[in-house]
Amino acid sequence: MSALRGLPVRAVLRRRFSPVDIGVLVAVMVAIYLVLRVGKGLTVSLSPTGDSSISTNPSHLPYDAARSLLRMFIALFFSMAFTLVYGYAAARSRRAEKVLVPILDILQSVPVLGFLTFTVTAFIALFPGSELGLEAASIFAIFTAQAWNLTFSFYQSEKTLPRELDELSRSLRLTKWQRFWKIDVPNGAIGLVWNGMMSFGGSWFFLVASEAISVKNQKFHLPGIGSYVGAAIAKGYLGDVGLAILTMIALVIGVNILFWRPLTAWCERYRFETTEAAEVQRSLVLDLLLRSSWPRLVGRARVRIAERLGRAMRILGRDDTPAPVPAGRRKVGDIAYWTLIGAALAYGAYSAIHYVATAPHAGLGLIPHCVVLGAATFGRVVVLLIFGTLVWVPIGVWIGLNPRVARLAQPVVQVLASFPANFLFPFAVLAFIKLGISINIGGILLMSLGAQWYILFNTVAGASAIPSDLRETMDVYGVHRWQRWKRLIMPGILGAYVTGGITAAGGAWNASIVAEVVTYKHTTLTAYGLGAYIVQNTGNHARLLCGIAVMSLYVVVVNRLLWRRLYHLAETRYSL
Amino acid sequence: MDSKVSTRSASKRRSIVSVQDLTKTFPTRDGGELPVLEGINLDVQPGEIVALLGKSGSGKSTLLRCIAGLIVPSSGTVSYRGAVLKGVNPGVSLVFQTFALLPWLTVQQNVELGLEAQGVEPAERARRALEAIDLIGLDGFESAFPKELSGGMRQRVGFARALVVDPDLLLMDEPFSALDVLTAENLRTELVELWQAGEFPAQAILIVTHNIEEAVIFADRVIVLGTNPGRIRTELRIEMARPRDRRSPEFEALVDEIYGIMTDRPSPAALVTTEQAGVEHVMLPHASVDGIAGLAELVLAAGEETDLADLAGVVGFEIDDLFPLVDAMTILGFATVDNGHIHLTETGEAFAAADIQRSKEIFREAALTRVPIVRRIHRSLQHSVDGTLREGFFLDLLHGHYSDDESRAQLDTAIDWGRYAELFEYDSGRGEISLPAPAGVG
Repeated sequence: MSALRGLPVRAVLRRRFSPVDIGVLVAVMVAIYLVLRVGKGLTVSLSPTGDSSISTNPSHLPYDAARSLLRMFIALFFSMAFTLVYGYAAARSRRAEKVLVPILDILQSVPVLGFLTFTVTAFIALFPGSELGLEAASIFAIFTAQAWNLTFSFYQSEKTLPRELDELSRSLRLTKWQRFWKIDVPNGAIGLVWNGMMSFGGSWFFLVASEAISVKNQKFHLPGIGSYVGAAIAKGYLGDVGLAILTMIALVIGVNILFWRPLTAWCERYRFETTEAAEVQRSLVLDLLLRSSWPRLVGRARVRIAERLGRAMRILGRDDTPAPVPAGRRKVGDIAYWTLIGAALAYGAYSAIHYVATAPHAGLGLIPHCVVLGAATFGRVVVLLIFGTLVWVPIGVWIGLNPRVARLAQPVVQVLASFPANFLFPFAVLAFIKLGISINIGGILLMSLGAQWYILFNTVAGASAIPSDLRETMDVYGVHRWQRWKRLIMPGILGAYVTGGITAAGGAWNASIVAEVVTYKHTTLTAYGLGAYIVQNTGNHARLLCGIAVMSLYVVVVNRLLWRRLYHLAETRYSL
Repeated sequence: MDSKVSTRSASKRRSIVSVQDLTKTFPTRDGGELPVLEGINLDVQPGEIVALLGKSGSGKSTLLRCIAGLIVPSSGTVSYRGAVLKGVNPGVSLVFQTFALLPWLTVQQNVELGLEAQGVEPAERARRALEAIDLIGLDGFESAFPKELSGGMRQRVGFARALVVDPDLLLMDEPFSALDVLTAENLRTELVELWQAGEFPAQAILIVTHNIEEAVIFADRVIVLGTNPGRIRTELRIEMARPRDRRSPEFEALVDEIYGIMTDRPSPAALVTTEQAGVEHVMLPHASVDGIAGLAELVLAAGEETDLADLAGVVGFEIDDLFPLVDAMTILGFATVDNGHIHLTETGEAFAAADIQRSKEIFREAALTRVPIVRRIHRSLQHSVDGTLREGFFLDLLHGHYSDDESRAQLDTAIDWGRYAELFEYDSGRGEISLPAPAGVG
C-alpha cells in the first residue's frame, strides 16, 4: 500500500523538467532576489529630509515602486494575521464579541489618515534612529486601510458557518487547531480573498499618503513611489509625475494579473456548490502554475510540515461541547466583565475630554467649531454622492446590462478604483489655479477622483446580477424607460448601490484630509472644512484629537441613520 | 425488588448508550422554558438497530444530538458504557442529512478527518480510510472532490467517514431524506446487506427518520415520539428477518399499524387545548391553504374512507408533508382521522366540491369558529381604533407558548389562513395586520 502511495511522487521526479517548470523556478528566484535586495533598504538610518533632497531621477522609479509594493504586501500579511486572530476571538467568545465587533465598526469609520502623526511618533520611538520606525508607521497606515474589512469578512463567515460543519467538527472530536485550518479558514477563504483584493486596491491611496510624513514640523520621506510623486509635485516636474502615474498603473495591473487573479481562481475550490458563482474565475497564470510540477512538490513538503505542526498543536485541545455554566456564575462573571469595561471606558472618555479642555490652544469650545467645519466637509461629501450617482449609475447600469461591454469595462473600472487619486491632484490643482476655481468647490472634485469609482463598480455588479428572465418579462409587456427604471432597475441594484455608496462616502471623508489642503510648487490652497483643520493641526494633539473624533462621529451617525436603513430595506424587500 | 434493580443495572452496564429521564427545554422570549423533550428513557444494546420515528417538531433530532453529546440536556443524563457524558460522546459517529462534507477536501481527506483528530499516523490513516472507502463502495473515487459526486455517492462518503473510526454506535440523522427515491432505496439495501453480512464496523445503529417504511426496513425496535413536547409514545419490536420485503403482508400491516399510532390520538398533539392565562390556544400545523384544498379534493375523489398510508404512496408524500395537512383538516373540522384512515366531514365535502368564492366562505366560517388565533386576531382588529394592529402584539402573545421561530411560524400560518378567508390583510413591510377595506366604499 505504501509503495502504491509513493508512486506518484517518483513519477513526478522522473518526469523531465518542462520549460514551464524552469520558467516558474526562475520567476520564484527572481522574486526572492528582488525582495532581499529591496528589503535591505528598510533599516537605513533616519534623518529628516526636505522635499528637494528626494531625487526625481526616473531611473530610481523601479526601486521606489518595488519598495512601495513590498510595503503593501507586508501590510497585507499583517492584516491577514490580525484578521484570523481578531475574527476568531470575536466569533468564539460571547463576551469578547460584544466589545470587539463595535470596536471594529468604529475603526472602519475613523479617518485613518488623521492618525498618521500619532502612529509615526510611536513607531519612531519604538525603533530609535532607524528608518524602520517610519517604515513601520507607513505599513501600519496601509494595514489600517486593509484590515477592518477583512476582519469583518472573516467574522461574518465564522458566524454563518453551516451548523452541521460545527457539529461535524465536534462529533469527530477534531483538535482546535485542525478545526481552524480545515473548517474555519477554508470556509472564510473566498470572502478573505475577494475582500483582500478590494482592500488592497483601496490601500494604494494610503501608501501614497503615508510615505511622506511631517512630524513636529520636520518632514520625513521613505523611498517609494508616493515620495517620488510628492517630490516631483513639489518641484513642479509634471513629466515625472506622468511617469510615476504610468508606473502606478503597471503596478496595479501587474499585481492583479500575477497575484489576485490566480488567487481568486484558485479559491473557487472553497465554494459550497449551493452558492455557485455566476461566472467561474479563471486565471492564465494559475493554469500555467498548475501545469508545472512545483505545486505537487511544494504540496508534499507542506503536508509534512502541516502534519508535524498538527501534532504539536494538539496541546491546544479538542473542539468539544462546552460544559454549561450555572446561570448564577455566568451572571456574576458578566457583571464583573461589564463593570470593568464600563469603568475603563468612563475613565478614557473623562481623560480625553479633560485633555482637550486643558491643553494649550485648546478647550471644549473646539467641539462646536469642529462640528461646523465638519458640516462643510459633509456638504462636499453629499454633493459628491449626488453627482456621482447621477453620472455613474446610468453608465453603470448600461455597462452591467451589456455583458460584452461589462467584460471589457470591468478590469478598467477595477484599475480606476485602485488607482491612488492623489497622483492626479497636481493636474487638478494646476487647472484650479489657471481657471480660478476655489478649492472650496474644487475640493469636491479632488475627493471624488478616488471615491466615485466605488459607485460605478458596484452599480455594474448590481445591474449584471439582474436576472435576464425579469428583463425579458419587461420586454414582453412593453415596460420601458422610467417605468422600467422604477419597477426593475432601481430596486434591482439598490443593494449593490448602497454598498458602493457607503464605500464612496467613507473614501471621500478620508480623502478630505488630503484634498482640502493641496500644494503645487509654491502655492498652497486651503479649503474651509474639517479635513483641512486636521492637516493644519497635526502639531496640536488636542485639536487633532477633537477633529478626528468629530469626523468619526459624522461617519458613524450617517452610517447608522442612512446607509444601514437603506441596506436593510434592500436586503428585506429588494433582494433578488 | 433488589433483584429487579440489579438485573436492570446489569442491562444498563451492557448497553452502549443509556438515556435516563432526559428533558430538554429551550428558553422562550418572555423568560419561560419551552419543553421539546420530556421524560425520555432509552437504551441501545449492542447488535441492534433502533429507529426513532416522529413528525417534525417531535424533538427526534434533538434527542439524537443529546446522545451524541452535541447538545447538553436540561435535566437527566446520557451515559456511554455506564459513564455519564460531560461533553461529546467518544463512542459514536454521526451521519448527517445534508452530508456535511468539506468541499475543499478530497473524498479520502474527508474520510481521514476523524482519524487525524485521533492522532493516527499518516500511513495507517490512509490504509484505514481506503479500507472504509472500499467497504462502502466508493473505490475509485478517493481523489475526487465532493462537488464531482452525485448525492448518493456523497452520502457514501458520509458513511465511510463515520465508520472509519470504528464507532460503538452509528447515529444517522435522516440520512436518506436528501436523496432521490431510487438512490435512497439502493443505499438502504446496501446498508442492510452490510449489516447482515456481519462486516459492519459499528456495534449498533440509531436512525432518526420521519419515514415509516424506512423505520420498518431497518429497525429491530421502532420508538415513536409524540409531539409538543416529545415523549416516547410507543415502542415496537420488529422480529421480521432481513432483508425485508416491502410488499409482504407482514410489512404492510406493520406500516399501517404505525400510521395508526401516529395519527390516532385521543387528544391529538396538534389539538392540545390549553387554558394558559385565560387564552384558549390551539397549535397550528404549518399547512398552506392550497395544500389543504388539494388534499380535500384527493380524499373526496378517493371515496368514503381513505387509508393514509395508501394516500401518501399515491402522491409520493412523506409523512412530514402529509401530517400537517391532515392536522389542519382536523382542526378546521373538514375531516376526522381514525386508525390511519381519513374521513371527510360534511363541511369538508362541501369545501372540497365548492368553487373559489364558496370555498372561501366555508373556510372563513371554519377558521373563525375553530381556530382561536385567527378568531382572536379578527376580534382584536374589530375592537381596535382604526382596524389596524402591529404584528408584534400577537407575536408577544405567542411567545408565551413557543420559541421565537415557532411563534413566527404560527403567526405566518394564521395570517395565511386569515388572508385566504378575507378576514384580514397584512403589510409585511410595516408588520401590520388590518381589516380588509370594505369593497365599493369611498
